[in-house]
Amino acid sequence: MSFVARFLRSPEGVIGAVVLVLLGLVALLAPVLIAGDPLAIVATPLTAPFSDAAVPLGTDRLGRSVLAGLIHGARTSLLVGLAAAAVAITVGSLVGTAAGLAGGLADEALMRLADAFQTVPGFLLALAFVSVIGPSLPVMVLAIALGAWTGPARLARAEVLSIRERDYVAAARVIGMHPAEIALRQVLPNALPPVLAYAAVIVAGAILTEAALSFLGLGDPNSVTWGSMIAEGRTVLRSQPFLSIIPGLALVVTVLGVYLFGEGLAEALSRRRVAA
Amino acid sequence: MNRALILIRRRLLSALPVLALVVVGTFVLLESASGDAVDAYLVSTGGGDAALVESLRAQWGLDQSALARFWLYVTSLLRFDLGWSVSFGRPIGAVILERLPNTLLLMGTATALSFGVGTALGIVAGSKPGSFRDRALSIGSLALYAVPSFWLGLVLSVLFAVQLRWLPLSGIETLASGKQGLERALDIAWHLVLPAGALGLIYLALFVRMMRTGMAEVWRLDFVRAARGRGVSRSRLVLRHVARNALLPLVTMLGLQAAAMLGGSVVIESVFAIPGFGRLAQEAVAARDTPLLMGVILVSAMAVIVVNLLVDIAYAVLDPRVGAS
Repeated sequence: MSFVARFLRSPEGVIGAVVLVLLGLVALLAPVLIAGDPLAIVATPLTAPFSDAAVPLGTDRLGRSVLAGLIHGARTSLLVGLAAAAVAITVGSLVGTAAGLAGGLADEALMRLADAFQTVPGFLLALAFVSVIGPSLPVMVLAIALGAWTGPARLARAEVLSIRERDYVAAARVIGMHPAEIALRQVLPNALPPVLAYAAVIVAGAILTEAALSFLGLGDPNSVTWGSMIAEGRTVLRSQPFLSIIPGLALVVTVLGVYLFGEGLAEALSRRRVAA
Repeated sequence: MNRALILIRRRLLSALPVLALVVVGTFVLLESASGDAVDAYLVSTGGGDAALVESLRAQWGLDQSALARFWLYVTSLLRFDLGWSVSFGRPIGAVILERLPNTLLLMGTATALSFGVGTALGIVAGSKPGSFRDRALSIGSLALYAVPSFWLGLVLSVLFAVQLRWLPLSGIETLASGKQGLERALDIAWHLVLPAGALGLIYLALFVRMMRTGMAEVWRLDFVRAARGRGVSRSRLVLRHVARNALLPLVTMLGLQAAAMLGGSVVIESVFAIPGFGRLAQEAVAARDTPLLMGVILVSAMAVIVVNLLVDIAYAVLDPRVGAS
């Protein structure tokens, strides 16, 4: 049975995949769906949802369309979440592989470094990094990745420790393959599956961290994010709670989609292990 | 008890290099911030001429090389001196100490809530793996885990504080109420319901899922079948044989969750306007008080180390196999 077929057997995974594909389409097509600047003022401020066909989800305090913000916010959320996870997984698996293969003092040093990063709460680390360097999308991505690379690094290292004793690694060594080539072509690809199964958790965490940072006003000021929409709606929370509730629901659906997709992925990966 | 002491010593020794790395990290961040303490001071006092800047830089040791300043930073840290907060006009250590109790109270309550309720629900789900209530609780907890805590806080406060008016909207206690003793404690507990609920409900999901997965594994073990064969009653089997053996990994999770919860308290405290340690981090960012922010990071790293040490001790007490070698 192919990997896709195994994945399709998990209802959670299918639901998650559908949600993510739809969100991905919305994010990609955002400029087509809602043309123009989502931060532009388009209607009377504080229009209630479902009352004006031009702004189906109403407007905020300044008269900006909530639907436009929601659709363009999907771009930021998915982009930052995926990019931060990609950086964290790449750096983490490289560090983990290096530590596992090198062993000795280098291994010890790299793992103490990982300990140090894990000891500082990831959110505080991201907060400090963004506030020192200044908010922009690349800085957000790096800041979130700073607190997330340790998990993949530990997983990859544990996997490498068992892989490096296998016969094919010894064979590669015997034929005189360069250590860097052994690491990147023989060991790393085989250490990746457990790291990838964990990827959904990292993406979800990254999306939530980005939302919390922009909720505190540390997001990229030039793009709409769901976190900043929630913060913006908070000033009129008593009279217009929908302004904060709608973007929050979008966040919940997105993160849940990522988790469900991850469940399906993990299930499909573990079934392969059982079948093998 | 000797076993626990050896464990504590080993843990503290391995925490030293970690803490040293955190100190180096905060120093690097301090250095890369634009502007130094003198700039921040001048902004807060309304400026000064070049001569004043020169003399202040010399007085505070900021005209020396990076290495000399690092040495100054480390030696003052060793004297438990975290530096001076320009935005508060007070020593950083004093500001942090004043804020810490509120956060510890919030975190403690949220942890107790998520651990207690999460474990109980996990036992309900795990008592019959694969059943309807197991699947419902698993999916439900996954959905809960997808909720951003600050948003849950806002929704809960709209519902319970604005609409129903059952609970206070913000703060840690009623201001200038003159309440004392038990009355004051109850007032604080009343104010803690929403923030601790918002923070705790998110992490509850983690404990539900861990407990049910652990129990599903224990059900397959031989001793459970043996107990069943002996005619042990079902409730006793679930609680004393299966749940008890699945509980241990949750204690480890408690330590791992400490850092995440400390991070989560930053947003929760600013949602509910609780004058705590997490909100201090946000205030430091808003006031561009980088030394204060670094102090917050250092103290939070220390707090995480202490919590993990406590968890290790609890683990050693609960599981006699730990640290025996």
